[in-house]
Amino acid sequence: MIYFIVRRFASAVLVLFAISVSVFLIFFATPGVDPAARIAGRSASAQVLAHVAREFGLNRPLPIRYWLMMEHLFIKQDLTSYVNIGVRVVPQITQAAPITLSLVIGAAVIWMIVGVLGGVVAAANQGKFIDPFIMFIGIAAVSVPAYWLGEVMNLLTQSKFHSSIFAWVPPPGYVSFTTSPSEWFLHLLFPWLTLAALYAGIYARVLRAELVNALNEDYVRTARAKGLSERRILFRHALRCSLISIVSLFGLDFGALIGGAALLTEVVFGLPGVGMLTYTSLQNLDLPVIMGCVMYGAFFVVLANAVVDVLYAYLDPRVRLA
Amino acid sequence: MPEAPLLQVRDLTVSFATRQGALRAVDGLSFDVGQKEIVGIVGESGSGKSVAIYSMLGLVREKNATITGSVLFEGREILGLSDKELQPIRGGSIGMIFQDPMTALTPVYTVGWQLVEQIRQHLHLPKAAARQRAIELLGQVGIPDPKSRVDRYPHEFSGGMRQRVVIAMALSCNPRLLIADEPTTALDVTTQAQILDLMLKLQDTYDSSIVIITHDMGVIAEMAHRVVVMYAGRPVEIARELDLVRHPRHPYTWGLLDAVPRLDAKHDRLRTIRGNAVSPLNLPPGCAFAPRCDYVMDQCAQRPPLQGDADHVDACWLSDAQRVTIRQRVEQPS
Ligand SMILES: Nc1ncnc2c1ncn2[C@@H]1O[C@H](COP(=O)(O)OP(=O)(O)OP(=O)(O)O)[C@@H](O)[C@H]1O
Ligand SMILES: [Mg+2]
Repeated sequence: MIYFIVRRFASAVLVLFAISVSVFLIFFATPGVDPAARIAGRSASAQVLAHVAREFGLNRPLPIRYWLMMEHLFIKQDLTSYVNIGVRVVPQITQAAPITLSLVIGAAVIWMIVGVLGGVVAAANQGKFIDPFIMFIGIAAVSVPAYWLGEVMNLLTQSKFHSSIFAWVPPPGYVSFTTSPSEWFLHLLFPWLTLAALYAGIYARVLRAELVNALNEDYVRTARAKGLSERRILFRHALRCSLISIVSLFGLDFGALIGGAALLTEVVFGLPGVGMLTYTSLQNLDLPVIMGCVMYGAFFVVLANAVVDVLYAYLDPRVRLA
Repeated sequence: MPEAPLLQVRDLTVSFATRQGALRAVDGLSFDVGQKEIVGIVGESGSGKSVAIYSMLGLVREKNATITGSVLFEGREILGLSDKELQPIRGGSIGMIFQDPMTALTPVYTVGWQLVEQIRQHLHLPKAAARQRAIELLGQVGIPDPKSRVDRYPHEFSGGMRQRVVIAMALSCNPRLLIADEPTTALDVTTQAQILDLMLKLQDTYDSSIVIITHDMGVIAEMAHRVVVMYAGRPVEIARELDLVRHPRHPYTWGLLDAVPRLDAKHDRLRTIRGNAVSPLNLPPGCAFAPRCDYVMDQCAQRPPLQGDADHVDACWLSDAQRVTIRQRVEQPS
């Protein structure tokens, strides 16, 4: 198992390296595009262009350019934006990251609990009213666009009922955990619920399907023939095996959200997270920031995948040997 | 007075409501299993053997299934009991071995864990004692080095080894009755023989009874005291093993026995039963075997009852005299 973990993370590092190279190539070595002009942004002076060319070694061989780029990004961390002149990229990301992490981790906790509960209750009550009822709520939650749900939440909590039942809801925005845990919680509560709704719906439906399949497996019949209780069969055998696919799904979703896919929720609730940062930098064609965000996103997607694979191997002994 | 049978199955019928109509997978199955007796059930694929035994322990879970009849175990009706009431019987007094060893074990737990789970469910031993017993059992079923194998996962075992684990599991709580659904079909011949030997040995040690399902007449000859021949969900002949092999009465049994390769056979080609197994969906109203039978008569349009003397019954309209002449003709081919 230890060997598996080490190997998995070694390969994650390799993947990250490969990603950094391809990101670099896309940004700096796309034929027919002048990278200096791209980095410097629209209407840059010749002086700025020359500065950029020197800073990134644009007339030197590719490997050196790659090295200089990574040095600016990770070692000196002095990559600066040329759109908002002088603003450094790395601090922007490290400022945005905790916000996105808070949002996504909180939502993930909610959607895992709600999704697993919903899936288990539905699968255990196949054919009764509660099963299609949960599945209907699930599909409704999946179909509602996150930004719409977010706007509705805002409308309800910020204007319609703000003077009555939702008086305790703070205005949109973010307060860090270290400043005030309770404010942090209150500011994030509705964003969490909004983001979690979609995923809870998906997870409940996927888990139900997995469980229904598992309950028809031969090993469940064996478990029943052993004289185990229905509860034990459901939780210790069927659910335990179904969790394997839920975990791999979770890894993908979680990584993508941390990497910036929570953008819509961040925008609706005024949370200046990584999604928002990527979004504004794209609008301004702020190349250094875009690159920083892409690298950051890739890092979390790869990390989440590695963690999931380890978890996967923990859950499924068949994977460990492979 | 003879002992009361351990298991008494009466008129067991299992039908599935399907889109094409009611499918009677088991249709009026009745047989007894005495104390320490080994009963074999034979029949082609799809004749309802598995469904019959699953239904006895409430393991047919499909919503569209209807199960009727009576199954008395140690004199107590067990058909229609709730899962909770069945719990001590399942795996406790009745052990079950399944057809496919590859999928019968939960893939995410070690075999030891799964054995201990069952042992603790029924015998209420402390963990360490249960584990000790699991290791013992694995050794008894012929798994080499059980001390280390106990902590291995099912995928680390071969099919034959997994079947041994399943057998160990079925035997772990000293069941009164062992039901084995084609325990050796998935295995090679050598392993097959070992597993059968093992079951015989364990039956002897624990004084239990066995119901063994197979479509291999060789297995029947080696193991069974009594045989139930099933065709399309119905019993067509029930007899002691020797009687059945020496004096089979039903044309379907004749076919089954003739399909067994014999060392003294004069013909090089195996005789087979012509036609395909009928679908239980559209059975003929009379004898289910009639469409494939070489000796069908007008009477076969009606369903023949199981009849004969106490130890040998069959469901066929042929008269004794007719059977004698037919068998003579077959045994001395011109
Ligand atoms: N859930 C179900 N719904 C409908 N039909 C079913 C269902 N389960 C089993 N059957 C049918 O019942 C019949 C008997 O199946 P069963 O598995 O008992 O056969 P078997 O004698 O055990 O055959 P084999 O030797 O291949 O194991 C088959 O025709 C099968 O198609
Ligand atoms: Mg079967």
